[in-house]
Amino acid sequence: MPKAGSGLSLDGLGMPLWLVVELTYKCPLKCPWCSNPVDFNRYRNELTTEEWKAVLREGRRLGSLQLGFTGGEPMLRRDLEELVEEADGLGYYTNLITSGVGLNEKRLRALKKAGLKQIQLSIQACDQELNEKLVGLDVFAHKIAIARTIKAEGFPMVLNVPVSRYNIDHTAAFIELAADLGVEYVEFANLQYYNWALLNRAELLPTREQLARSEAEVKAARERLGKRLTIYYVVPDYHDNRPKACMNGWGSIHLTIAPDGTALPCQEARLIKEIEFPNVRHHALDWIWTRSPAFNQFRGESWMKEPCRSCSEKEKDFGGCRCQAYLMTGDAANTDPVCAKSPHRHLVDALISGAETRRDQKPLIMREGGYPRRTGAR
Amino acid sequence: MEAERRLRPEDVVELNPNYHFRWEEPQQAHVLLYPEGIVKLNQTAAAILEACTGAPSIADGTAELSRRYDKRNLGAEVLKFLEVAHAKGWIRVKS
Repeated sequence: MPKAGSGLSLDGLGMPLWLVVELTYKCPLKCPWCSNPVDFNRYRNELTTEEWKAVLREGRRLGSLQLGFTGGEPMLRRDLEELVEEADGLGYYTNLITSGVGLNEKRLRALKKAGLKQIQLSIQACDQELNEKLVGLDVFAHKIAIARTIKAEGFPMVLNVPVSRYNIDHTAAFIELAADLGVEYVEFANLQYYNWALLNRAELLPTREQLARSEAEVKAARERLGKRLTIYYVVPDYHDNRPKACMNGWGSIHLTIAPDGTALPCQEARLIKEIEFPNVRHHALDWIWTRSPAFNQFRGESWMKEPCRSCSEKEKDFGGCRCQAYLMTGDAANTDPVCAKSPHRHLVDALISGAETRRDQKPLIMREGGYPRRTGAR
Repeated sequence: MEAERRLRPEDVVELNPNYHFRWEEPQQAHVLLYPEGIVKLNQTAAAILEACTGAPSIADGTAELSRRYDKRNLGAEVLKFLEVAHAKGWIRVKS
């Protein structure tokens, strides 16, 4: 998944360079920060193999280059190998974003044969106990074993760590684990608070002190390990005083297709309930990208309000994240409240100080079908 | 950072195997594709990468560029760009 820090500052000439296909919302894990919609269970009519292939062909014609297969857990789709083969033949650079559950040597070899280029494997802790507590399933040993198999099969690999107050103190241990596994990249992705992560925000948000320590450990490791291990660090955006250049701008270079065929400018955008997002079952992808009202709603700068409209940095951060503006201020056209110039910045400051003064711990709301419940471990 | 010596004309360099280098028609440019990333190269950068990775040495690649573009004394410019490419991990020295 593209993030700040992945070299995204890029002129796509108006093309959706990054295509992300969420093959399914189904997943055996129950991560309480899942980026899927809280009501993911409502969307059951997944695109068929042939429908996905049509999306891949149309995306390539629109100029898409990087392709991410994700979910849910994409390994749950039995046609993944077939889709990877189609994508490779079309000329995509294919990435698999997985929890590792459902991966085995046989499928890895089939994926390699189909032309898969890279695998991003998530890991949530450096030990079995904490990992199980965070994902709701005993999968730690499998993740480690499959990481070694991925390397043995010759894939470049990103180890992705979703960072919260629960695991941020283990930054150095994660780096050691990554170096031991021989992966090329480790990515510390401080959680961004949408959907399930938003439900659990008070529990997951780390303190300033934790962040500072973790950043110092990353810096020391970069100096020590040099080119052996590339460490990406996705900054926690609440703690910045300028918003992230989210998605390089709305409808700029990024296109996500949800399991039911809904086309989105980012993986979270369907949480903006006022926008009707087009579906590949009803419209050509070309129309969706270039003409649909949803993709044009926040394209460019004409939609901006103050303080963005007259801001000298609007071409740098595009006013930040539309979803975050919507969630915190009720209007997706407002300045991202992370920005120090936003009149809503105090809302973010309150969340940060809430993390500092937090006393009692509540159970995490684990990702499950049906209505979200506080059933998780303490 | 690990102590790394500077590149020399006699070095043999190759593309990092995790990078894919190719012409991308819609962009009308050469691109480097790698895990989670895209780099769009300008003409000069693409020409240097193309000539020097896979050549028997950087000096041979440079000579090829000189012939192709009818330009002399390209050595310093080529090395300067390859240093950048090396630092970014796009290429590596073949041992």
